[in-house]
Amino acid sequence: MKYLDEYRDEKIARGIVAELGRRATRPWVLMEICGGQTHTLMRYGIDEILPAGIELVHGPGCPVCVTSLETIDKAIEIASRPDVTLVSYGDMLRVPGSRIDLFHVKASGGDVRVVYSPTEALKFARANPGRKVVFFAVGFETTAPANAMAVWQAKREGLKNFSMLASHVLVPPAIRALLSSRRNRVQGFIGPGHVCTVMGYREYEDLIREFHVPIVVGGFEPLDLLEAILMLVTQLEEGRAGVENQYVRSVTYEGNRLAQKVMAEVFEVCDRKWRGMGGIPESGLSLREEYAEFDADRIFGTEGVTADEPAECISAEVLQGLKKPTECSAFGTRCTPENPLGAPMVSSEGACAAYYQYRRHGMVAAKDIH
Amino acid sequence: MPEETKFDIAMQCPVPVAATESILLGHGSGGRMSGNLLRDIVLPALQNPVLERLDDQAIVNVGGSRIAFTTDSFVVKPLFFPGGDIGTLAVNGTVNDLAMGGATPLFLSLALILEEGLAFDTLRRVMESIRVAAALAGVVVVTGDTKVVEKGSGDEIFVNTSGIGLVSSDLQLSADRARPGDRVLLSGTIGDHGITILSQREGLEFESAVASDTAALHTLVAQMLLASSEIRCLRDPTRGGVSSSLNEIAARSSVRIELEEQAIPIREDVQGACEMLGLDPLYVANEGKLLAIVAPTAAEKVLEAMQLHPLGRDARIIGTVTDSHPAMVTLRTRLGTSRIVDLLSGDQLPRIC
Repeated sequence: MKYLDEYRDEKIARGIVAELGRRATRPWVLMEICGGQTHTLMRYGIDEILPAGIELVHGPGCPVCVTSLETIDKAIEIASRPDVTLVSYGDMLRVPGSRIDLFHVKASGGDVRVVYSPTEALKFARANPGRKVVFFAVGFETTAPANAMAVWQAKREGLKNFSMLASHVLVPPAIRALLSSRRNRVQGFIGPGHVCTVMGYREYEDLIREFHVPIVVGGFEPLDLLEAILMLVTQLEEGRAGVENQYVRSVTYEGNRLAQKVMAEVFEVCDRKWRGMGGIPESGLSLREEYAEFDADRIFGTEGVTADEPAECISAEVLQGLKKPTECSAFGTRCTPENPLGAPMVSSEGACAAYYQYRRHGMVAAKDIH
Repeated sequence: MPEETKFDIAMQCPVPVAATESILLGHGSGGRMSGNLLRDIVLPALQNPVLERLDDQAIVNVGGSRIAFTTDSFVVKPLFFPGGDIGTLAVNGTVNDLAMGGATPLFLSLALILEEGLAFDTLRRVMESIRVAAALAGVVVVTGDTKVVEKGSGDEIFVNTSGIGLVSSDLQLSADRARPGDRVLLSGTIGDHGITILSQREGLEFESAVASDTAALHTLVAQMLLASSEIRCLRDPTRGGVSSSLNEIAARSSVRIELEEQAIPIREDVQGACEMLGLDPLYVANEGKLLAIVAPTAAEKVLEAMQLHPLGRDARIIGTVTDSHPAMVTLRTRLGTSRIVDLLSGDQLPRIC
């Protein structure tokens, strides 16, 4: 298929891997930030064909996984109200809160609906003035502009029955948190291609000045990722640290200015709790005061909801590349996608779930695969 | 950065959700949750050796004849879609469940559960589709039932069909008969039906020329069985897609099934829709395709027979049965690497980004 096959070509992939083998003179630890990239790496088994010594660590860029337990609990509480229709992206429904997930709310009569775009939630609100329609807005900078647009439009129309439970997260503060950790092993980052399509990559230059670690903005197809890895290794071998853009067919230096404008109009930066990583300063987006009338958290009085995340799984170590998912004693036994113990097992973009779904035969007997 | 400002990321994890105490939509997905529901609640109440084979149909001996018997309920939204409607699905689905046991389908029952307020015109259209589909498949609807439920207690129309057919005395097709070395054959492109239904759903605004593949497969099966008696197992990969059917065979036969990604036929528009929605076509439903596990020596012969039939024109050999890693389905990707094709827990959900 055009625009897909070109990026999944085995011959070119083998060529890049061979070049990597020639350029890498020592081991390197690299991290892909985005869950979509983790998914591609696992789905195509790219870690299998990389030269030994090039290690990939799977970052915290799965929006479903990192949404905090208390945010899920808030959504569950709001969705359980008889006058509310909670509208969400599909994969948020399976994420466990403290006790249940949104599927259970739906099963006990709650009105929970799946959409593919926040404008669908707006349409539903217009058509059903008797329902309080709440859009569950999670995700990174990628989904923020469309969600901002929905609120902006609702305000312009004077829509009274639409609100948003907003829990957006931002990538650069998460990278800063990872690099600030005492035990950090990551030496280079594959930047998140879709986040940078919106935001550009100007803001990553600050990180490089601060930490002197190369960042290559990468795409999501197998060849995108292999090329980004090659670009990172080249920088590392040459002792350079800069921001480079592999995903040129989508990402520009400045990003999408219009999208940034509507985000800035509706959202402001706030501190945010990440599932599996804890609180990270200035790492989230919440609705501005001018849009408070659309803030579901205020409307439904859920601001006080808190949830403790007990220390049991090793997700923090997985996210820092200190351990592989398969090194966890609960992996695949007590912790599975049906019954996740920790954030990275929740969505197929999470590192543990991606290992579970695509790669666990490798740990049974790698010899059989090759 | 000074050392004292560095911080350690706290180790945290959410509390697991307790085992579910009520039915969730995922229990109807054909994935692991469906299997658990059967294992934990349905089968313990009804233990018997025929049921426990868990094939698409039961085959029982009655007065010297081998009779195939099956039942299936149909709930689909929207009722009408490109390529068919709930009526065509209800006939073809049950005919196919019989055909996967190698049976010649003969008679169907038809039970309608109608929601108060349903337009007569809608029901007439569905009945006409049932008439045409039954005539095309050569089966006769010989008994039936109608019930009406209050508005809000159903969703326009639910249809149940049961079917019986005859199986020749020496034929044994079952999910536990796959053996290392066998080949996996697929009769055509995957995902057409599921993507058609998705493209018609409210809120999903993409246009596509794809139509449901709903079709009765028993004449294709007859042609295959004529070509060779070394067909071990047949499955129509409906809900849960190719992955769920093959995982079931791999588990029942204690074998590994290795697929070749490049060999699996898929329409470009279906592939495009799957890429856009973050869906894996291996888990998307089909209503007119079959999978066959065939002995290695007979595979080419059966493939040729399939390709000569209009419903098997795009048939391919898509994989091999091996003995490493029992009960697992894996896929050799186009990069030459290998990954698991797992049984999904519940329904496949579109991803956020």
